[in-house]
Amino acid sequence: MEEIVTSETVKVIVFQIKDKEYVIPVSKVRGIEKIMHITRVPRSLPFVKGVINLRGVITPIIDLRARFEIEKAEYDDRTRIIIVTLDNMEAGLIVDSANDVLDIPESSIEPQPEVIGNVAMEYISGVAKVEKRLLTLLNLDQILNQNEIHDSAVKEA
Amino acid sequence: MDLNQYLEVFIEESKEHLQTCSEQLLELEKHPQDIGIVNEIFRSAHTLKGMSATMGYEDLANLTHKMENILDEIRNEKIQLSSEIFDVIFLAVDDLEAMVMSIAEGGNGKRDVSEVVAKLEMIENGESLLSVGIAEVAAAVEMPISESIAKSVYDEFELTVLQQSKEQGFESYEIKVSLREDCLLKGARVFMVFEVLEKLGEVIKSAPSVDKLEEEQFDQSFCVTVVTKVSVEALQKKVMKVSEVDEVIVSKLDLSELRVAINEEVHKLTTNKEDQESKNEPTVPSASSKDEKMNHPSSKQHNKTIRVNIDRLDVLMNLFEELVIDRGRLEQISKELENTELDETVERMSRVTGDLQNIILNMRMVPVETVFNRFPKMVRTLTRDLHKKVALEIYGAETELDRTVIDEIGDPIVHLLRNALDHGIEMPEVRKANGKPEEGTVMLKAYHSGNHVFIELKDDGAGINREKVLKKAIANQVITEQLAATLTDKQVNELIFASGFSTADQISDVSGRGVGLDVVKSKIEALGGVVSIDSVEGKGSDFLIQLPLTLSIISVMLVEIQQEKYAIPLSSIIETAIINKTDIMNGHNQQVIDFRGKVLPLLFLKDIFEVPETIDEDEYYSVIIVRKGDKMAGLVVDSFIGQQEIVLKSLGNYLSSAFAISGATILGDGQVALIIDCNALIK
Repeated sequence: MEEIVTSETVKVIVFQIKDKEYVIPVSKVRGIEKIMHITRVPRSLPFVKGVINLRGVITPIIDLRARFEIEKAEYDDRTRIIIVTLDNMEAGLIVDSANDVLDIPESSIEPQPEVIGNVAMEYISGVAKVEKRLLTLLNLDQILNQNEIHDSAVKEA
Repeated sequence: MDLNQYLEVFIEESKEHLQTCSEQLLELEKHPQDIGIVNEIFRSAHTLKGMSATMGYEDLANLTHKMENILDEIRNEKIQLSSEIFDVIFLAVDDLEAMVMSIAEGGNGKRDVSEVVAKLEMIENGESLLSVGIAEVAAAVEMPISESIAKSVYDEFELTVLQQSKEQGFESYEIKVSLREDCLLKGARVFMVFEVLEKLGEVIKSAPSVDKLEEEQFDQSFCVTVVTKVSVEALQKKVMKVSEVDEVIVSKLDLSELRVAINEEVHKLTTNKEDQESKNEPTVPSASSKDEKMNHPSSKQHNKTIRVNIDRLDVLMNLFEELVIDRGRLEQISKELENTELDETVERMSRVTGDLQNIILNMRMVPVETVFNRFPKMVRTLTRDLHKKVALEIYGAETELDRTVIDEIGDPIVHLLRNALDHGIEMPEVRKANGKPEEGTVMLKAYHSGNHVFIELKDDGAGINREKVLKKAIANQVITEQLAATLTDKQVNELIFASGFSTADQISDVSGRGVGLDVVKSKIEALGGVVSIDSVEGKGSDFLIQLPLTLSIISVMLVEIQQEKYAIPLSSIIETAIINKTDIMNGHNQQVIDFRGKVLPLLFLKDIFEVPETIDEDEYYSVIIVRKGDKMAGLVVDSFIGQQEIVLKSLGNYLSSAFAISGATILGDGQVALIIDCNALIK
């Protein structure tokens, strides 16, 4: 998210998990898909739901509820998979719903407050208050952290 | 001038020329008397020099220039070839390669070459004091092409053109243009000369050919034949106006004389049974006719191939894979709809895409030559370092393999080759004492068989010493002493592939870098291949690598585990069986079955993959018997779906370390099925 600091507003995708609203910059988003068949990958981390066939590309899927250690919810018509890209790597994030694109002013973004609820701090890069909505900016690097994956693989081996 | 657009071509061609240099140098080492080979090397070096100077890589041009000087001296027999000279030239070629690689990787191609340059100069000066006066003469006949400049020879067609122009009142002139020695952009000057001449008349022929002139493959002068109505003086003046032109000699052509000449030439050529091409471009000196022959295959190839960026082929392959998946879906739909017309169309489309698949896969096939061709030089350097005598024989370099395999297979073969040279082939004295020829032989052979490509590496060295291997294996705790006694020779040989094993008494910088042959084995297995070894002590060793033809489309057995679908590569399956629950025996911590007299451990994939249970088991198990080397295991699944050709896809970076999963594929219904890596399941 560093590269957009210079611009005055940031275009973001807004999505919901439980009762909170989170945002990811549009520049990191490749697309939003409805929930589809996910193939489970055995012995992967609990939040890795599996892989999907995204127009011929095998794409890993992360359940954000599981990632944030929020209780599970059944997938329904509103459940979406947000395809994000980071360092040439694509991944899908399962969210409860995604329905908004906003321009948020740079100035409204603040560093994360000390207490923000039940989402672990390292996944958050800041908060923005726009028209009485509190939007949480996600830190994709941390969510897609590779090291964690490798650590678990080493343990298994 | 923007040279970037030429950079790719420059790099590709430079690599080719350097490859020719190394190949021919090795050839020359075998036949030091063959001046034809020197000419070949010289030509490559010269072109490289021209290209790199044009592209502005001065270090590259300088070094090539120095090398060229030596070659010139060799050609003129002023320097006697010795192995020291070869070493220095090889060193120079190595440096050149490094520079070109640096350019290819986005560097500036700069490199400290002072040492090599100094050596080259030493060689040059060592013998060439006498030749200072003759140097210029030598330069004048620098290239065989320049000899043919002296008198252009015309074929029947060109003569007819000249004849007809004369009848229409045009005069034919042969113009010899010499450029100044310090001329930098010769190609550009040539272009300007041609432009001038084309305004005045028509250019019929040039020697060397226009292509060669454009590539600056000529020395200082070239010859152009024009038909024009302009006078001799006017021609001369106009051409002289082009800057950096040193001298222009215009001579009128006498057609009747030419007739005689061409007849003689044709006569000579037909008796020599020369091929059609050299008739069009006859060469004057007999010495170079051999070079011409060698050149022909490559020039023909140039006409028939185009360079395509490998990324584009990958994109094409990806798009095609999507098409295959959609085709599967279409087939399914048309089956459900039962519409004859739709059926026929889909069927035809399936056939066409089938053909397309073959073509695309073929396009990605690359001869193993691209991997093998760096070996002769490597072997040469290694044998010098090791003070051994080894001849490398390569067979079947034209065997084709998928590019993805080619990219990966180089390192393992290098490793095996180094191993053979370092540990396999003995020192000359030892060989002699054992009644073997002093020079060892390493044979590298590639061939197709069925759906596989085999690469065989055979040496006539010391072979594997059973006792030594066992001692080492026990010392390194690869096996226990009790086990050692029971092993067959074959199993002992396989031990050298075990991890933590290295037979070299000392770690040499040739093959022992702390990593053993286990790296080779795992790499080849990762490619879906198998490596085996056969060795007779005192006679030599024989490594056999079996590789799949392609990695992108493989045959698998689709199976169902509860509600999940998995694919198991056919290459690791021995057979399938259905067994009764009561046949299962309980071993130590392990359920086993008696399968054709062998005890076969059972692996319940459902448990290994933690598949959620939704279906109750029945009293029969479906078992797939797979193998890894000599070890076998039975994989228990719920049902077999069938055999299918699938497109192999990577799981991507994020999940690259998934346990016992080597990749994924997309099934006809658009769902993803994971491919099981049997090698990881069998310990």
